[in-house]
Amino acid sequence: MDWLITFPHLSDDLLTAWKKAVDGGFLAFTRAYGDAIEHFFDPLQYFLIHSERTLLGAPWPIVVLVFAAIAWFAGRSWVVVAGTVATLVAIGLFGMWDNTMKTISMIVVCTVLSIVLGIPIGIAMSRSDRLQKAVNPILDVMQTLPSFVYLIPVVMLLGIGKVPGLIAVVIYAIPPMIRLTDLGIRLVDRDVLEAADAFGSSGWQKLVKVQIPLALPTMMAGVNQTIMMALAMVVIASMIGVEGLGQPVLMAISNQYFTLGVMNGLAIVGIAIIFDRVSQAYGRRLQKHRSVVHG
Amino acid sequence: MAERPAEPGGIDIRRLYKIFGENARACLELVERGMSKAELMARHRHVLGLKDVNIHMKPGRIQVIMGLSGSGKSTLIRHINRLIDPTAGEVWVDGVDVVRMGQSELRQFRRRHTAMVFQKFALLPHRTVLDNAVFGLEIKGLARAAQVESAMRWLARVGLDGFEDRYPNQLSGGMQQRVGLARALANDAPIMLMDEAFSALDPLIRVDMQSVLLDLQKEIRKTIVFITHDLDEALRLGDAIAILRDGEVIQQGTSQDIVLRPADDYVASFVREVNRGRVVKVGAIMGPAPEGAEPPKLAIAAHAVLEDAALLLAGADQTALAVVDGAGRRVGQVDLRRILSAMVTPVAGAGGERREPSAALVDFAPSAGTATPG
Repeated sequence: MDWLITFPHLSDDLLTAWKKAVDGGFLAFTRAYGDAIEHFFDPLQYFLIHSERTLLGAPWPIVVLVFAAIAWFAGRSWVVVAGTVATLVAIGLFGMWDNTMKTISMIVVCTVLSIVLGIPIGIAMSRSDRLQKAVNPILDVMQTLPSFVYLIPVVMLLGIGKVPGLIAVVIYAIPPMIRLTDLGIRLVDRDVLEAADAFGSSGWQKLVKVQIPLALPTMMAGVNQTIMMALAMVVIASMIGVEGLGQPVLMAISNQYFTLGVMNGLAIVGIAIIFDRVSQAYGRRLQKHRSVVHG
Repeated sequence: MAERPAEPGGIDIRRLYKIFGENARACLELVERGMSKAELMARHRHVLGLKDVNIHMKPGRIQVIMGLSGSGKSTLIRHINRLIDPTAGEVWVDGVDVVRMGQSELRQFRRRHTAMVFQKFALLPHRTVLDNAVFGLEIKGLARAAQVESAMRWLARVGLDGFEDRYPNQLSGGMQQRVGLARALANDAPIMLMDEAFSALDPLIRVDMQSVLLDLQKEIRKTIVFITHDLDEALRLGDAIAILRDGEVIQQGTSQDIVLRPADDYVASFVREVNRGRVVKVGAIMGPAPEGAEPPKLAIAAHAVLEDAALLLAGADQTALAVVDGAGRRVGQVDLRRILSAMVTPVAGAGGERREPSAALVDFAPSAGTATPG
């Protein structure tokens, strides 16, 4: 009855040979194309380094001021502005300014990249049910596959550093941007689309004048989600050499520095709240026209 | 197929069929051989939308298409600017068959020749009233200044002065539809398609908007195709009316034709509830002026409705009216009896029950000698 208790599996030799073959193939691929692929991502590297230098090189009062200004223009709310300034000042006082700037720079680049890639993919998905069916399972895998698993090939290909970290974060953070762009465009009222057609809109005019503006609030929710997920990846990304608030947390885990861990963790929470409130306030302002409903 | 001579703004719909379903072409033959809508649905799971529709719409007139829900009227109007592609048939506008246009030609046609007003307004919620009104012109690619100039003029014309910066959902339904109307008018197209444009409005506002439209039409003289399920609205607006049932045109004509000579029981059952006194025109029921007799002292225009004639007679000590045309010539005569019999609904049509006046009769024997006013 042994065969009932132990699940019959392929022979160990076969499995080992198979794993070796795949690993060997990938390794050969890495050796052959690793450099080329690395150069392909050079612009990203450049983008990352520059945004980090800008934030770290600028005088801190200017940085605080710029953040306050962004918060004001996005939300037109003094509460949000005051919260932003208070959080940044607290972070600075506790000596986490440089790491915070590095993390913010990383998050900004990741978010911009996710938006730039995610919106066109989302739009394409909204136009074709077949593409939607094909892309959805890929997005599911991207969101559920443990991040460590896809870190392995990325590190094999690109080594450790900022760019592999960026790729890992974008893989994890881009699905909501794609999904909510797709959803937002699909939810646009059919009557309004018919009206756009009746007046002779071209496909592009319909997209730019009707679909995107009406999908924008939903797309903003996607941006918000993307930022939050990118922040959630900061600690994991620090394992492959991404500098910022993640590294002290990682150090705190391995050395059991409770206070260090909590402080840097709270700094991540702090910037998460700033980004969340500011982007949400902006999203609400986009929906201004919906607020006053005729009685 | 021979082309009909171009008649600017006129629309000629010929042998139009629409069948909804995957295998529409194959079902077309069955329908042409006389299969009914119900049978097509039961046997082949295809919906018959339109069946052999032929309507000639005159330029500069209001053509009403009336039918209940499911009659295919909204499908029909969407064939004129081809928001729906037909299964077979032709739609001629200005000497061109819309059905055979290519995509870019169709877009140009929609931009320049048609404008549409929708039942649910279909305004852009993220745009202000002004930015909604310029939409058609923006799509055409006009300069912004020209867009705004035209849109402001039409917004003012439909009574929306000072509302340019509001958002649609800050306005009532009636006002939103005024925006929809201004958007269509600003497009300055010879054809206006109005798909149940006033059906979503309160009755009072609806009548109000009908007046706005009739008033506007006096100056714009566009070819207006107006879809409605409301016979009163159809009779009030339509220069010509086509009645649709199960995708087929069952009667075409003027309001007088529809009310006085319903083509079948279905039309008759609609017409029965109509206030004929306010619809039927004197000219439609007048008799010839009797030879040699002295003409009546009072005269009435041929386009006046029966109620006007009755009011005129009730106020005067007369029993007959001379009917005159627009130039003041005497063209006929109506008397009280003729007016009365035209105002009451005669019979309920061939299949229906005859309406007997007996219930209203009581025994009444006028005693001899009672003077009857003569």
